Amino acid sequence: MTADADFWSQIFNFTNYGELLVLLQNSIIAGAVLGVVGGLIGVFVMSRDMAFAVHGISELSFAGASAGLLFGVGVVEGSLVGSLVAAALIGLLGTRARDRNSIIAVLMPFGLGLGILCLALYPGRSANKFGLLTGQIVAVDNPRLGSLIAISIVVVVGLAVVWRPLMFASVDVDVASARGVPTRFLSLYFMLLLGLAVAVSVQVVGSLLVLSILVTPAAAALRLSSSPVLVPLLSSLFAVVSLVGGIMLALGGSVPISPYVTTISFLIYVVCRVIAAVRKRHGNSGRTAEPLLARG
Amino acid sequence: MTPSTSTSPSAGAPAAPADAVLALRDATLGFGSRMLWSGLDLTVSAGEFIAVIGANGSGKTSLLKVIFGQQRLSGGTASFLGAPLRRGNRRIGYIPQQKLADDGTPLRARDLVGLGISGHRFGVPLPSASRRHQVDELLAAVGATRYADAPISSLSGGEQQRLRVGQALAGNPSLLLCDEPLLSLDLNYQRTVSELIDTQRRARDLGVLFVTHDINPILDMVDRVLYLANGRFRIGTPDEVLQSSVLSALYGSPVDVIRTRGRVIVVGTPDGSHGHPDATGETAHHDRHPTPDGQAS
Repeated sequence: MTADADFWSQIFNFTNYGELLVLLQNSIIAGAVLGVVGGLIGVFVMSRDMAFAVHGISELSFAGASAGLLFGVGVVEGSLVGSLVAAALIGLLGTRARDRNSIIAVLMPFGLGLGILCLALYPGRSANKFGLLTGQIVAVDNPRLGSLIAISIVVVVGLAVVWRPLMFASVDVDVASARGVPTRFLSLYFMLLLGLAVAVSVQVVGSLLVLSILVTPAAAALRLSSSPVLVPLLSSLFAVVSLVGGIMLALGGSVPISPYVTTISFLIYVVCRVIAAVRKRHGNSGRTAEPLLARG
Repeated sequence: MTPSTSTSPSAGAPAAPADAVLALRDATLGFGSRMLWSGLDLTVSAGEFIAVIGANGSGKTSLLKVIFGQQRLSGGTASFLGAPLRRGNRRIGYIPQQKLADDGTPLRARDLVGLGISGHRFGVPLPSASRRHQVDELLAAVGATRYADAPISSLSGGEQQRLRVGQALAGNPSLLLCDEPLLSLDLNYQRTVSELIDTQRRARDLGVLFVTHDINPILDMVDRVLYLANGRFRIGTPDEVLQSSVLSALYGSPVDVIRTRGRVIVVGTPDGSHGHPDATGETAHHDRHPTPDGQAS
């Protein structure tokens, strides 16, 4: 075998694929569930312009997970606590966009530093440590899958219940508030759901790459449509394809799943942009032709 | 059109007319030691169009907040359709300043209007034929049928403001509160949007409170003007209020009201020129000019 072939077999290796698939069926289920969660909440991340907040929360989630590992509390529990604390802080202190960005920028390096400290002190295997930042290579075990699905259900149901008022508040907070929508409550409520979504995403893709699940698919969907029904559906579909596709490609190789997931997610975004550009050139803008009056 | 109920803050509080939509009696609003306005008696009747003009910081937006129930009066009473003001009253429509939606907004024109119908409701939205029909009617009423399915991020400012009028009408309101709805629209759209609001208030017998820094686009539509300055106010027809002597008394310094080519230009207000921002370019810099007595700026 040449060195070159060796390189590629590290990245793509489909020997014994059938057996591996059975072994990693948990990961695939986890990926699918996570895709739905990420795709749905991503729509609000986009419309509330909170991509940076997602990144900030994920770094504190990493800190929590590392602390959980170090103190033996558990990675899932640790990352949940980290996420929720970060989400609550950002939600409470950062009602205005500028405040929010500075708070996130202050929290993020602190969270990362804390996480690195905990990992440095952790005596266990280094592969696990690396996984928290950049994603796992393999298995999601049964109890972990259970907690992931439970949290995902909380997020999806939690979003569905407030979908309309949350969209109203995201699009125009002043009008929504005048209409009696409890905008401040919704803002905090959303941050907590976002915290949960980030915590489960960190388990699979790692804290540095959470954006590829919670932002990229929704951004891609928004290139194709503005329908409030179609955008969440497409966004979830893109996220599921990225995650499940990434996991299946990664199965045999010795590389973590995250590069596959992020690459698929990125490619979907590129394709959507190209489609949008082509459509724009053909003048398909959703408005019926009108002969005279120019846009004001 | 109703005759002015009060042209001076010292006049007694008259009983609200039978068709009163909104009634403020001896209303006072202040924060700490700072008084925005006091002794305000204002009745908005059904079908009446009232412009609210005043310097930055004179309490125009706070007045709207009071009516929305988001801000409590420091004194006096306020009622809407005979009942005390409360938050989230669906019979009060709101048209805010134009602010362009960005690419991250997953809504089409019809969805923005639809939020006015059911955007406050919790629970999973189910498709509804009657709601769709209602949205279609509102889109037609504001002349937005042509771009009903276009993403709102692709619409111009003027097109978006039409939709906001439709959204505000969705709750079948009795009162429309407009907060600088013409700001940053070009002259053509200032005209069409204000005419749209005027047409709808006649068709639906709406009371309209229209906060603006420039009276001119709506000069021939308004019944009365509420002018706020220096913690004082005047209410009356545009001819009564927009006079050099009246505004000079209000500001406590010489102010000239110039009428030319059907436009009204107010010159010499301590915080810049009202009524014709393009002439002086000063209206954006109100804050630099303190009022003589240091109040309400």
